[in-house]
Amino acid sequence: MKGIDYKNTESTERKSIISIREVIVQRNGQTALQINALDIQPGETLTVVGPNGAGKSTLLLALARLLRPAHGDIIYDGKSLSQWDELEYRRKISFVFQAPLLMDMTVEQNVALGLKFRGTPKDEQHERAAKWMKQLGVDSLAKRRASQLSGGEAQRVSLARAFVLDPELLLLDEPFSALDPPTRAKLIEDLSTLLKEDQRTAVFVTHNLDEAAKLSHRLAVIVGGILRQVGPVRQIKAKPADEAVAAFLQELPHSPMI
Amino acid sequence: MTEILNITLLSLQVSAIATVISLLIGLPFGTWLALGNFRGRSFILSIINTGMALPPVVVGLVVAIMLWRSGPLGNLHLIYTPVAIIIAQTVIAAPVVTGLTAAALEALDPRLQQQLLGLGASRVQMIWYLWREARLPLLAALMAGFGSVISEVGASMMVGGNIRGQTRVLTTAIVLETSKGEFGQALALSTLLLVLTYLINLALTSIQQRGHRK
Repeated sequence: MKGIDYKNTESTERKSIISIREVIVQRNGQTALQINALDIQPGETLTVVGPNGAGKSTLLLALARLLRPAHGDIIYDGKSLSQWDELEYRRKISFVFQAPLLMDMTVEQNVALGLKFRGTPKDEQHERAAKWMKQLGVDSLAKRRASQLSGGEAQRVSLARAFVLDPELLLLDEPFSALDPPTRAKLIEDLSTLLKEDQRTAVFVTHNLDEAAKLSHRLAVIVGGILRQVGPVRQIKAKPADEAVAAFLQELPHSPMI
Repeated sequence: MTEILNITLLSLQVSAIATVISLLIGLPFGTWLALGNFRGRSFILSIINTGMALPPVVVGLVVAIMLWRSGPLGNLHLIYTPVAIIIAQTVIAAPVVTGLTAAALEALDPRLQQQLLGLGASRVQMIWYLWREARLPLLAALMAGFGSVISEVGASMMVGGNIRGQTRVLTTAIVLETSKGEFGQALALSTLLLVLTYLINLALTSIQQRGHRK
């Protein structure tokens, strides 16, 4: 926290739910991510793009408090992550990984898992799980074992498992990258509706600019472990901050709509 | 007949207690080794893996020295008692359970830990659900632990002394009968040992496979 001039950032901080300040995150002794300043507003979906190994997942893990910054501070709701009680903070968020990572139990049990961790009463678990299984179109699979699901079904269950917790902050790490294009498009559509409906704060990591444009207005570009640029998709396309960003955008598959 | 029954019951009792103690040691220790990230971890694992192949006679020798009347733990008067056999068998089975527990948990997707924490699990909840996820190989660890001690003879002989009515177990009785040339008796006891081992593993396997509904 030392050496950071908070006065200059006060105006943005007042509105933002997350403020990242001069953060350096190391993995295996090397700097994996470096961010000078990044603010996320409540209800905003921020999309993070960048090449493989750029540090996108590291950002999510740091936001989930599963990795601690070696330097700098991540402030959530006015309080540094290191000041939050670890479990209390982790129960405000939920994390969806690239792989569905379902447990060897039924779909319904998987969806209710986080509620079980929180000691939610049984009938409430049941009710909320039923609601979100329906919302994501997996209600007919409730009694099915997770190992019997297709990739798309499993990822829907994984999303239901995250949404059922009603998290203040949703962290999504390329949740659709392993799916076939039609399933992917449908799920993006569903996710976009869900995020808009309840104004949830979300950080979404993706490779795909189309997905980014559908889900959010603001894009963060990370290349080589450094946050290079944050802004609306169009603006970044029109005016990349540096050559690394320009080179990355050029390599991406893009559609005319962006 | 009652003597055989007593020998059989003692065998089962001693090996079951040793297995349970090994589980109480091996499950937490193996979990710590599998999930921990600290210096010397792979060194400890290599020691444990060596321990999985400890020759029972060597264990018997070391435990005998420790428990011998003039040994460091001699004043406990445990040598040639069933407790001595339990101690020796625990030394044999604990590394087996520890090593296989560590292997079972290391075989899980490492991201599963992060996923459970990312869904709001406490550390204890996370470990519980990792055990649940690895329950089939963990039961295999239990079976291997039990198998390593119910069939072992060297350590039981050395620290138990094969005293009739006190520390005679199935394996030591088989050795004795064979040395007397009583092959019929020895074969009968061997068959009994095999059937018992089979029944216990059958029970554990059916529990294991019930958890394996796919």
